[in-house]
Amino acid sequence: MLLEAPPLLEVRDLTTAYQGLVAISGISLDVAEGEIVAVAGANGAGKSTLLKTIAGSERPRSGTVKLDGRNIGGTAGHLITAAGIAYVPENRRLFPRLSVADNLRLGSYLFRGKPDREEPLERVFRLFPRLNERLSQRAETLSGGEQQMLAISRALMTRPRLLMLDEPSQGIAPKLVDEIFDAVIAIRAAGTTVLIVEQRLSEVLAIADRGYVLQTGRVVIQGSAKDILDHTDVRKAYLGV
Amino acid sequence: MTLQTVVQVIASGLLMGLIYGLIAVGLSLIFGLMDVVNFAHGEMLMLAMYASFGLVLVSGIDPILLAPLMVAALFAVGALAYLGIVRFAMRARANLGMVQIFATFGLAVGIRGMAQLLFTPDYRSVPNVWLGGRTVSLAGIYLPVPQLAGAAVSILAFGALWLLITRTDLGKALEATREDAGAVALVGIDKNRVFTIGWGLGAGLVGLAGAILSIFYYIHPDVGASFALVAYVTVALGGFGSVFGALAAGIGVGLVEAATTLILPPSLKSIGIYGLYLLVVLVRPRGLFGHL
Ligand SMILES: Nc1ncnc2c1ncn2[C@@H]1O[C@H](COP(=O)(O)OP(=O)(O)OP(=O)(O)O)[C@@H](O)[C@H]1O
Ligand SMILES: [Mg+2]
Repeated sequence: MLLEAPPLLEVRDLTTAYQGLVAISGISLDVAEGEIVAVAGANGAGKSTLLKTIAGSERPRSGTVKLDGRNIGGTAGHLITAAGIAYVPENRRLFPRLSVADNLRLGSYLFRGKPDREEPLERVFRLFPRLNERLSQRAETLSGGEQQMLAISRALMTRPRLLMLDEPSQGIAPKLVDEIFDAVIAIRAAGTTVLIVEQRLSEVLAIADRGYVLQTGRVVIQGSAKDILDHTDVRKAYLGV
Repeated sequence: MTLQTVVQVIASGLLMGLIYGLIAVGLSLIFGLMDVVNFAHGEMLMLAMYASFGLVLVSGIDPILLAPLMVAALFAVGALAYLGIVRFAMRARANLGMVQIFATFGLAVGIRGMAQLLFTPDYRSVPNVWLGGRTVSLAGIYLPVPQLAGAAVSILAFGALWLLITRTDLGKALEATREDAGAVALVGIDKNRVFTIGWGLGAGLVGLAGAILSIFYYIHPDVGASFALVAYVTVALGGFGSVFGALAAGIGVGLVEAATTLILPPSLKSIGIYGLYLLVVLVRPRGLFGHL
């Protein structure tokens, strides 16, 4: 009998609280290598808390997070980045007064060799050519969409196995939103697995393989992108049909 | 007032100013990195001066040659101050600002008390220094050799710091941490490590200043306090957190101090500096190079 390989990311019974207030409760979720997995849910459902806990910027109260079968739950954020999970938070957290080039260069901080730094750089320039034209500009002077592109690029510079995006479409011109969703498809095609949090349900499910819907800190619906889109509750609550 | 006097004042002010910049830069660096004022900055300077004095007595080696050792020793002191005290003070749940102030202020009181106890309040000076007491004269301008050497060391130190900040990964990590310490984990940087190195660098730079000062200044437990006051003025003038602002402001402070001694008796030489400080606070509160 063949042993099935463990999923790239395996979250089990994850519970996180802020000063006693439970924000996510008993969440379990898998992301297989090469997938795009979407997490949706209303405001305050706990989507960001889930990503923050996986990324190590919040400590879980209980539950486990495994990357490639190795337990990483409760580890410090910089070690989780080093382990292969890159995270683009809701507010992007670029280094505002540093140049685009320096923000990117910091993304490859963990690598010392030139090839390890230049290969992902070429990759992000292919993905977002406009960054290449703005290398000496300070990050804070970029448009919202360009800042999102830079945040995703900085994350890719860490050469992650899993890229986690928290509402990359938030506060961005519609034209750039398409560009960013196209980039997510290209990122997966280049071999990086993606876990994406979005409120734009139909758009994100159009590019995702599977999805989870959260409500008040719990998973209420999960399945293939198509199943979720067909789900009556989802159609009522999110798509207005 | 002859032209020669004016040139003499500018030259002495410039030399002392470069040294003031070196004394202040570590304070500014640490503040810029994490918004913490190191109230033990002067005491670290004093420690370096005593260490230099003691090592000269024991080894007979000239203090200028011992300077790199002072940098290393004070780097360790700074790193330990962060790891042992400041790190915990930053976790305070309430009154964070007060806790931080008392943590480093307490460290200052502690170090000074230990110095009183161990070294006694006596004034000391390093004996038989190569550079001590010498002057060179250039076209009628007299320049004390120790200050000349100190100014040169300061320029070298700022040059090295500039290379570190602009050319190395560590420099980029320092800049990124200064921008957003909560975000550096996203690129795999351990902010505690950067803070530790930042405290080490800040203290190491004041260690270098201490090694220089020990050549031509009396050493006693309160010596740090008077220089620290000038350093706070320098940092406020240059812009809190601005490393190269500290250099420019140090030079400004040195020049103003030298000019004051021309007009007022030496015991009042600080009046010019504090006057300058008041002027800056009123006209440009964020300092010359600071951003609020
Ligand atoms: N730092 C915090 N301190 C206290 N409570 C918090 C904190 N961050 C989030 N919460 C609470 O935890 C719950 C989940 O928040 P979270 O940000 O994870 O939701 P979300 O699904 O990402 O919402 P949104 O769509 O608005 O981004 C909310 O009730 C929120 O008020
Ligand atoms: Mg959110």
